[in-house]
Amino acid sequence: MCGIVGLHLRDPELHPRLGVLLETMLGHMCERGPDSAGVAVYGDRRRCPEGWAAVSLLDAPPDLAVPDALVTVAGDTTVVAAPLTVDELVAAVRGSGALVVGSGTDLTVYKGTGHPRDLARTYDLAGAQGWQGLAHTRMATESAVTASGCHPFSVGPDQCLVHNGSFANHATIRRELEADGVVFDSENDSEVGARFVASRLAAGDDLDKALRLLCERFDGFYTLLVTSADGFAVVRDAIACKPAIIAETDAWVAMASEFRALAELPGIDRARIWEPEPERVHAWVR
Amino acid sequence: MGAVIDLASSTVRELNSELHAPSADAYEVLNPRGAHAVAAGLHHPIAVDVRGHAGYYCAGMNQLAEVTVHGSVGTGVAENMMSGVVRVRGDASQSAGATAHGGLLVIEGSASMRCGISMKGVDLVVGGDIGPMSAFMAQAGRLVVCGDAGESLGDSIYEARIYVRGAVASLGADCVEKPMADEHRAEVAELLAAAGLDHDPASFRRYGSARRLYHFTAGNEY
Repeated sequence: MCGIVGLHLRDPELHPRLGVLLETMLGHMCERGPDSAGVAVYGDRRRCPEGWAAVSLLDAPPDLAVPDALVTVAGDTTVVAAPLTVDELVAAVRGSGALVVGSGTDLTVYKGTGHPRDLARTYDLAGAQGWQGLAHTRMATESAVTASGCHPFSVGPDQCLVHNGSFANHATIRRELEADGVVFDSENDSEVGARFVASRLAAGDDLDKALRLLCERFDGFYTLLVTSADGFAVVRDAIACKPAIIAETDAWVAMASEFRALAELPGIDRARIWEPEPERVHAWVR
Repeated sequence: MGAVIDLASSTVRELNSELHAPSADAYEVLNPRGAHAVAAGLHHPIAVDVRGHAGYYCAGMNQLAEVTVHGSVGTGVAENMMSGVVRVRGDASQSAGATAHGGLLVIEGSASMRCGISMKGVDLVVGGDIGPMSAFMAQAGRLVVCGDAGESLGDSIYEARIYVRGAVASLGADCVEKPMADEHRAEVAELLAAAGLDHDPASFRRYGSARRLYHFTAGNEY
């Protein structure tokens, strides 16, 4: 099944409440995915200070040493922030045996297995601030219940993809991307979607175009929420059997698998609420 | 106003237990907040007013009851309804009235994809638009749409009758437009009146099965 929630805040006065709002949304999606949960937060300067880079790691060794780094352990995830560029920081942690599951100058990603409510506390989600965030509750279908199989898949700088559904032709597209030199971390079908989007963004496409190309290329079932350094986008497959609902006000744009995740957002009674149509990309830029 | 059940302090299970063995003729349900299966499985002639937005399978399997949702509903509203009336003042998500055998489902707003999928006798009136793949494999009943219909309307339809006032994005396999006769205009007028909607019945177009999918045509030579 899987549950998706995402929140893109337009009103800066809401930025201090990002984590509280996101945790409330996540709490309503636990039944859709009780085996694991991942979270991504954009713009929390206590987690990734201005001008620094942050990487999120799984299986980080306890003696991981990066000069001047701010290291936070949150369950399976270790977040390392340092006054370096993203490439420099990724290079500094490479060789430690840790798996990089998120990187950027504005983004921190948390992944783990267990009940989503417990994981939200582990990640201190309620304490998160920022301008954008997303979360995913997973009911594993295509691959194992592990922290690395957990969403979001963040395979490009400040990019995230969360997926409800399954891709039918992911093995074919994986081989094509590998032939182009793309390296994969897992057997997860959703990672193929994330690598595809990252390759299109790296080639200069915007989120809207990258997701339209994804619709042309991928078969299967998918509701996707994809975020970037300044964007927030939702798309569904041609059959659109996986649920999605979008709500928008002057203060925010929110997306979730079900309405109940949106029910407590401030101003929801005045929001424009609709279901995205099949293969139509809905995208917002900050 | 009838008995009040507030879902901010009661569970859906408590609500439905009361509605399945009702001690009152009318109920108000407060704070649904998208909860699933609100007022599902009713089988008494009671009135239930839901104040707010409901989630999946609201009023599913309804018999005899009159359920009004003063808000929107999630997937599968009035799924497999047998009789009674379900009225949604807002919009409906996917699969509204799926497999419903009887009764009247009114959606005053718009309905999303697969509205009336496999409908089996229900009367379904939508004040706004319906999404793609609606009335897929519809078997019996009547669907009236006052707005537009999305792509692949009536795909693989059997015998339901569809009336659309607005534009139809495309017709699905074996679904064709058919002429409107006096009996069809009378049927639309009857359904609009039942739904409390006011449109000229002559402004609707009729769609139904071409019946080409009823028989296999290959491999029968010997």
